[in-house]
Order: sequence, then C-alpha cells, then structure tokens
Amino acid sequence: MLRRILFWLALALVIFYFAFPLYWIVISSFKTIADVTRATPAMLPFVDFQQTLANYSSILLGTNIESETGVQAAASLGEFRERLLNSVIISGISTALAVGMGTLAAYAFSRFRIPGEGDLLFFILSTRMLPPVVVLIPIFLFFSNLGLRDSYLGLIILYTSANVPFVVWMMKGFFDEIPLEYEEAAMVDGYSRIEAVWKIVIPEAIPAMAATAVFSAIVAWNEFVLSNLLNRNYASTVPPYLNSIVGVGQVEWGRLAAAAVLFVIPIIVFTFLVRNHLLRGVTFGAVRR
Amino acid sequence: MAEVRFLNVVKRFSTKSGDVLAVDQVNLEVADGEFLVLLGPSGCGKTTTLRMVAGLETATSGDIFIGSRRVNDLAPGERDIAFVFQFYALYPHLSVRDNIAFPLRAQRISREEVDKRVQDVAQRLKIEHILKRRPNRLPSGEQQRVALGRAMVRQPQVFLMDEPLTNLDASLRADMRVELKHLQHELGTTMLYVTHDQTEAMSMSHRIAVMNLGVLQQVGTPLEIYNHPQTLFVALFIGSPPMNMMTCTLSEGRHLQAKVGNLRLTLSSTHRLLSQEREQNVAFGVRSEDVHIQSADRASDVMGTVLVREPLGDETIYQVDVGGESALLVKALPREVFQPGERVGLTIDPERIHLFEAATGKSLLAAAEKAG
Repeated sequence: MLRRILFWLALALVIFYFAFPLYWIVISSFKTIADVTRATPAMLPFVDFQQTLANYSSILLGTNIESETGVQAAASLGEFRERLLNSVIISGISTALAVGMGTLAAYAFSRFRIPGEGDLLFFILSTRMLPPVVVLIPIFLFFSNLGLRDSYLGLIILYTSANVPFVVWMMKGFFDEIPLEYEEAAMVDGYSRIEAVWKIVIPEAIPAMAATAVFSAIVAWNEFVLSNLLNRNYASTVPPYLNSIVGVGQVEWGRLAAAAVLFVIPIIVFTFLVRNHLLRGVTFGAVRR
Repeated sequence: MAEVRFLNVVKRFSTKSGDVLAVDQVNLEVADGEFLVLLGPSGCGKTTTLRMVAGLETATSGDIFIGSRRVNDLAPGERDIAFVFQFYALYPHLSVRDNIAFPLRAQRISREEVDKRVQDVAQRLKIEHILKRRPNRLPSGEQQRVALGRAMVRQPQVFLMDEPLTNLDASLRADMRVELKHLQHELGTTMLYVTHDQTEAMSMSHRIAVMNLGVLQQVGTPLEIYNHPQTLFVALFIGSPPMNMMTCTLSEGRHLQAKVGNLRLTLSSTHRLLSQEREQNVAFGVRSEDVHIQSADRASDVMGTVLVREPLGDETIYQVDVGGESALLVKALPREVFQPGERVGLTIDPERIHLFEAATGKSLLAAAEKAG
C-alpha cells in the first residue's frame, strides 16, 4: 500500500515537473497585462483571474490590447500567421527531404557492402559535432553570395543537411533490424530490388520513419540562430518572432505566451498524428530469431 | 517442371580475413520431379548452394541450369522458382491472403485468377480460416503453411527450401515431414531441400546429397547413403548412434584380415579393396546394429565388458569395452539383457563393415561389390 502511494506520489511529481511550465504558458496566454504581471501569480482561470482572448486576437488579427497602463501596440497585422506558414513550409519540406534522402542512404549502408562504410558513417555523423554558431559567419557570407538569404531554399538546405545525419544513423539501425529475407523473398517472388524496397521494406520501416521525422521536424521547427540571422526580411520563421515580442522595455508576457502556445500546437498535432507508429516502435515482423 | 544441374559450381566469399571457399566444384543433377535433400552440418555450403540456384548468391564460377536455361545471369524473379526461408519471411504488414497473392501480383495476373489460385492453395493447406489475419500473430505451424502457400501459388518449376521445419516443435515437425513429402509427390515439382537433420533427409527425399566443407561427399538414395557411405565423413554423419570407428591394420593371409585392437576379423571374400596398397592405418567402421552381443560362453569374434546399458524401449544400446581405443556401441533387442560389468561376446557381420583410407577418408571397399 505504502509502495503504491509512493509510486503515485513520485509519478505526480514527475508529471508536475514536466507539465507545469506548459500549464503556466497556457494560462498566461489568456491573462490580461495586469494579471500576467501580478506579484502574486494567478493560477486558476475563472477563479484567480478573468481570462481574455485579447493576446490571441492581437497576434492573429492585429488588434490592439488596451489596459489600465495604456495601449500596447498591436503586432503588425498577419505577421505571425505569415511566419507560422513559413515555419510549416520550411520544416515540412526539410523534414521530408531529410527523412527521404536519409532513409535511402541508410538502406544502402545497411544492405550493401560499401568500401569505407565505417569511415563514411563517421564522417556523416561528424558534421553534427560542430555547433552551428561556429560556422555562422561563413554561412552568412556564403549564403549572401549565393543569394540564399531571405529565401525558403536556404533554410531548407540548412535544416535538411543538419537532419540527414541523424536520419541516416537512426534508420540504419532500423534497417539492420529488418531481416534481409523479406527483400530476398520479394525478389524471388518476381520483384526487382526497388519494388521489393518499396512494397516490403518501406512499409515495414514506416514506424521508424515517423519517429525520425518527429525528431527532425522538432529540430527544424525550433531552430533560432540561423533563421534569425539569414531570413530577416523574407521567409522568416516563428522562433525569431517570439524573441521580437520580448521587445524593448516591458516584456509582453501575455502575447509571448499566446504566440508560444500557437507555435507548439503544430508540432504536438504532428506528434499525435504519428503516435501510433511511434508506439508500434521497433518490434518488427513475423521473422523469428 | 524442370531438372536442376550444377556444373563445376564454385562459390568464394571474400572477407576481411581473406577468401573463404564456401562451395567447391559441385557437380550435381537433380532430376525433374525429384525430391533431393542437401544434407550437411552448418557451414558446409548447402545453403549457399541453394541460394545460388535462387539467384540470391552469384556463383564465382561454374554453371547452373534450370531445365535447359543457364540461370547464372538471371535475376531471382526470372528463374521461375519458389523459395521457402527458414524464418518464413512472411510480410508482417500484409494479410495472409496478400502474402500468398504477392508473387502472383508481380505477374500481372487478373484479380479473379489470383483469388482463385489463393483459394485453391489455402484449401489444400487448410489455412482458409486465417486468410484475413496478419501472419505475425499466427502459431509457427500456420506461419509455415502460409510460407508454403506463397511458394506453391505461383506453380514454379522448382521448390527451394532452406530448413523450413527447423522452427516447429518436434511433433509438428514429424507431421509436416509427411505432409511435405505427400505434397511434393502430388505436385510433382522438383524440390531442392536443405537441412542438417538426417531424419528429415532420410525420411523425405528420393536422393540425398551430403556436403561437408563445401565439397559434395556423396549423392545417393537414403539407403545407399546409409549402407554404403563412400567417405568417412558420410559414415560418421549419418546414423544414430554414430557408426563405431576405430583404426585397424590390414594383413593378408589366405583372406584379407583386419586387426582392430584385440579383434581379428577375416574379411568376407566378397570384399575387394579399391586400393592396391596395403595401408597400415585404416579406419574401420561398423554400425551398432551390425555388432551382435551375446553371453561370454558362446563363440565370438571378440570378448568385452559392458560399460553402460541404455534401454530405449524398442532397443537397448550397450557400450562395450573391448580393450581398444574406444568402446563399441552395440544395438540389441530389449529382451537381451546384460548388466554393466558383465563379460560378453561380440560378433561382427563381416559383410557389413566399412573401411576408409585414413589419409583421404575415402572408402576402400569397391562400391560395385557391395551393391544392394
């Protein structure tokens, strides 16, 4: 009995630890300026404070927020919506490219005898060892000369190449788990290797691809530094925008919280959509070992 | 239907530690409609040989024919064969029905025809009730049947099976042996079947090809292989308990004599040695059922002491010390009871002995003389 109580207590603590910041952001996004800056924090909507949609309407529709301390300037109309769309486009395409290319490369590494395979795999991984900030200036100059600043393509290239190593390593592990006999069976049954991969291996690898895609998408979605530096005027993404709300002088916590909530929703939705595949996890197949 | 022929087939794998010769100069003909088992210990090259027929490995040199076609350069799918894997390799994301239909879908066959053939095969294998299920939840016996169904449905020229019964439990395996043999007989399709299990090989095949270390040792009917092993390896590999094997010296008097420890055996006049050289070191083999045990007071070839008695019900196996390098295994009827420690006499049927050159392991006895 005591063990059960301790177990649930521990569980509650852990959940509180991880979920409370989210809760805090969500309730803050519904607070007025007065409530959000109150010295004793208001915890419960309807009880402690009167919730308002003003922050959301300001971000999404560009309305002004009025309060006792004056009028807060509205966010420029539609900027958030535009940036959200950019984020979706850039993360979406770069994730699809990274998972697509990385999966094919991983398949090759898993199935074929490649000279210097170990070295190549290490080389691919080593591109992740350098923090992006270190190469910020070269990339800036490079992209300026190539005309890749303020473009979708530039960030898509950067995020794709940042995620490909991760995908290759993840997917190679998964492919190694898929027995070779599947493709061999399909090839004996009259299919080419490409058909065998498409009809048998890829359907088997979908849970792994989904899991890998979630992680890749999160990386691209949250990336701040490169986006802030390269895409200031066009094809800008959301993370630098959140920073811009912090603004000068008074921090607009309510609007920041609302933008943050809107920013995490797509990634949560995406994770939920693929959650069945994530849970199906790595238990492959009817082939017994 | 088609025959399968191997002409000087060699397979070499290159590994980091150098080349490995997996299959060495195999020449073999499998007749149309024949059930041939490739038998050997693990790593003997039998699976590699099978995979070369399927096109899953390419032969380093030599030719493989299916019917009149040389198939070395054909893709696996173009060889008109079906392969059953040891672990079945059923596609987990497809239903049993789709698994079975999968090879037909590659052939652009009409939907009605596919359905009809899947239904036929399912009926024959008694798996109609699981057609809608996913294979990975099925018991291994049913998975086995689905794998067979997938092989049968395309009506191939040749079945290739790689230890398909290994994953079944013992009683199911015995049932499937009978069923597979019956199925092959009914379909009349040429079958190449790989196993390390001599019971499977003996009970199912028309002929057995025994392999060791990449070399084909002997090809023959199960009884030929059992009664007239042509190499030391075959003699020791086939049979349970294994053949008694001792070194002996041959001497020539009026008749050829073999001297094994205390045992001096006059060879039957029907035995003719292949080699003219009289070797001093010859491997002498005799199966446990060809040694007869009796009480010590009767005339015997050699006397010995019972070490161990293993009653198996239908027969009893004795280990008898005859003062040689190792004890002799003797099979006896259960009613002949001797106790450990008891002195017994042994007689050996001279017609049923085997002599092998110690250096090469080749049989010294002329095969022609021993036919039957």
